[in-house]
Amino acid sequence: MRFIFKTDYDQDIRIFKHGGHVFWYGLLLAFLVAAPWLIEDYWLAQMTFVMIYGVVGLGLMVLAGYTGLFSMGHAAFLGVGAYTEAVLAAKGWPFPVSLAVAAGLSAAVGAVVGLPALRVKGIYLGIATLSFGFIVEEGLARWDSVTGGNAGMHVKAINLFGLDTSSNEGFYGVCLVVTVLSTLAVINLLRSPTGRAFVAIRDSEISAQSMGIHLARFKTLSFMISAALAGVGGALYAHKLQFISPDQFNILQSVDLLLLVVIGGLGSVHGAFFGAIFLITMPQLISLGKDFLPAFIGQAPGLQGLVYGLVLIAFVMFEPMGLYGRWLKIRTWIQLFPFYRKGMFKRQKSFQKSDRLK
Amino acid sequence: MQELQVIFSGIAQGCIYGLIALGFVLIYKATETVSFAQGELMMLGAFCGLACVSGLGLPYGLAIPAAMLAMAALGWLTERVVIRPVLGQPAFSIVMLTIGIGYVARGLITMIPDIGTETLAFPAPYKDTVFTLGGVVLGATQVVVVLATAALSLMLFLVFRYSRVGIAMQAASQNQLAAYYMGIPVKRLNGLVWALAAAVAAVAGLLLAPITFVHANMGFIGLKAFPAAVVGGFGSLPGAIVGGVIIGVVEALSGFWLPEGFKDIAAYIVVLLMLVLKPNGLFGEKLRKKV
Amino acid sequence: MSDILLAAHNLSVRFGGVLAVNQVSFEVQRGEVFTLIGPNGAGKTTVFNLISRIYTPTAGHIDFKGQTLTQVPPHAVAGLGIARTFQNIELFEHASVLQNLLIGRHVHNRTGFWRQLLFTRSVHEAELATRRKVEEVIDFLDLQHYRDTLVAGLPYGVRKVVELARALSTEPDLLLLDEPSSGLNMEETSDMAFWIQDIQHDLGITVLMVEHDMSLVSKVSDRVLAMNQGEVLALGTPAQVQADAAVIEAYLGGADDAASLRRVA
Repeated sequence: MRFIFKTDYDQDIRIFKHGGHVFWYGLLLAFLVAAPWLIEDYWLAQMTFVMIYGVVGLGLMVLAGYTGLFSMGHAAFLGVGAYTEAVLAAKGWPFPVSLAVAAGLSAAVGAVVGLPALRVKGIYLGIATLSFGFIVEEGLARWDSVTGGNAGMHVKAINLFGLDTSSNEGFYGVCLVVTVLSTLAVINLLRSPTGRAFVAIRDSEISAQSMGIHLARFKTLSFMISAALAGVGGALYAHKLQFISPDQFNILQSVDLLLLVVIGGLGSVHGAFFGAIFLITMPQLISLGKDFLPAFIGQAPGLQGLVYGLVLIAFVMFEPMGLYGRWLKIRTWIQLFPFYRKGMFKRQKSFQKSDRLK
Repeated sequence: MQELQVIFSGIAQGCIYGLIALGFVLIYKATETVSFAQGELMMLGAFCGLACVSGLGLPYGLAIPAAMLAMAALGWLTERVVIRPVLGQPAFSIVMLTIGIGYVARGLITMIPDIGTETLAFPAPYKDTVFTLGGVVLGATQVVVVLATAALSLMLFLVFRYSRVGIAMQAASQNQLAAYYMGIPVKRLNGLVWALAAAVAAVAGLLLAPITFVHANMGFIGLKAFPAAVVGGFGSLPGAIVGGVIIGVVEALSGFWLPEGFKDIAAYIVVLLMLVLKPNGLFGEKLRKKV
Repeated sequence: MSDILLAAHNLSVRFGGVLAVNQVSFEVQRGEVFTLIGPNGAGKTTVFNLISRIYTPTAGHIDFKGQTLTQVPPHAVAGLGIARTFQNIELFEHASVLQNLLIGRHVHNRTGFWRQLLFTRSVHEAELATRRKVEEVIDFLDLQHYRDTLVAGLPYGVRKVVELARALSTEPDLLLLDEPSSGLNMEETSDMAFWIQDIQHDLGITVLMVEHDMSLVSKVSDRVLAMNQGEVLALGTPAQVQADAAVIEAYLGGADDAASLRRVA
């Protein structure tokens, strides 16, 4: 483990804690910027998807991982953002404006969905958000004058002050910029008083209140930020797919997003992106693996669901810290080699305590 | 007159919701975990019953307990292998785990050659019988659902209220460590609870099968059972059934009176109203941490 | 500036059929250490919860710095200058000690949401200032070793100190300590006594405390209020209250009871 000798409070406040960080993340950024010239179109498109899901995952991570509020209908915000963008793009609005409106509208819906959060906790909140998810999905389908209903809606290309972004590379660039800005914004938020207030609400509401944190205000804020990010992701999603329909924003999509944050690693920004990578690459891996399996397994329509279920169960049972947690362990092993001790990340055995008395 | 018809089928549908909700209220009461796998367990129960009747050729009267026992064993096994190692983790993780179990169940069923992807009829002996009561036509399938639900809920209510096992389950759900210290065999109880919940889900599946036919996506009905549990109050067994019936009736009437699309979301509007007006449900307990 | 910091007037609260606090009145002077004692169930923590606005009184009211607390929402109490510790520790388990204390500075935060999003110069300055303040508290309570440790991994005695530190981070005028020495051994309890004295004399903070350990009470308290079954029994200096007949009866039983026991034996 790298032992950082701290001489300045800034080292705790900065985003990059030490030189190594700057180096590796700089390398990552350089690679991402150069990607359109380095890798082929298909993988570029996959990376675009990873970034889109990463942004949405960031939102859900802030809400669920950092504030402890579980939203089981998050696809609704994705849908609101996607349709807002689609409608405004059809009207010819410039992209930055339509993106802001999509984010704003999703945030407003987020505030409404967050209202139950002010009164109920835990599973009740989960069910409330689940219900909202269904209602929004149905609403999108019924409001066919605007959304085209169940028949779906075509999405025009991005209108970025005349710049051509209809190509794979152009769109990738737009997504990259949006993703980097969103990630920076979230990281900034998490290292300032607002982010700390979210964590306080997650861990102990009563003492958060006694520290002066206005629960209703911050819970609503968390919902709004989370929904806005999902809206931004949704807007990009609409342009990527070029055709959207209400059934793309159903309960299965919401569960996919939850899978993203849990498998990625709850409570970390990295987790959102690790989860996005998982979500995009898993189907590819399954397709690749299909040829090696006997026909009745390989060709079954339920194979993807089965694999997702097994992976989810495996992660919850064996790696609750998710992919990011596993990466931390591997990295520590490499840094400490050969002195890595097996029990380093072992959690204390905890017994179940009643959630009703929290 | 048609209203009565609609209401009655709403009640029957609501009983199914109630039975599924009963399953996870059982698990919640005992272990405070919420299981999203109950819908899929119901689906498995239906397939199991079908296998007993069509595959093994058992008479209907034997197939029912056989399926229930098989599912109880599966429930116990699930708890032992998958749930027990993760107790103590935050509630959300366990919920995700049960969602994973549901995915696995659905995936496995669709893999069964020839049967998994089909919609199959369930040969219940009373399938085609109809009663006519004062102009209202009641399918025997629906009547059986209501009666069976009533019988089952009464039985479970008595178990929880008056038996040592029931009280032990409640203790384990409130403070597991203290329950251990009191000599309560928490692990054995948990296994028992999951077995029981799976058996209840199996009953729901067997009752639903003649009405909706048996197919891999049957489990999605389980999602409507959550509003049922919330309306009734999450820690309450009779509440689960009452909540289910309320949801079922509201849904049926919405389909009858309101424009298209409201039927699908009626249950969710009801639950949101409930959370606003009476968050603890009709029979729920109001608890507050003492600091 | 008035001498009386906190005043409770005929405070009562009823939970269902139970009258947990019944017509309790007392005043806490600025700068003193005022202790509530009484057997379990006397209503001491309930009084704290009434001051923190977790509960609302069914009768009577509490004045703090001259302002009535009855309509103040719970999250605004810290902003008025009241901080508290909890009987069963309510720390933020999945955060480090440092983060717990930084959260304690929340009431002093002046930066808005949008500026935090961009992490402007002013936000950066504010973060540094917050960190410096928190380090003062860490120095005061000798928590340097535990700065970056997750609270979930800390022993009980250290957690009590962190709970105290977090309350001090809010820079309160009035500090409510709920059983500060419960679960602590002799050494830790005497450390706690020294800290309470330092808090009173060096930091100038008024302390209102609930305590069972009578040696600690005698050592640090200026005045003591004895309660039993929700009512006030006696008020005075530690010596006066400990000698009060009603208090002795509540804790030990009266002389009559002892005599009847002798007769039976």
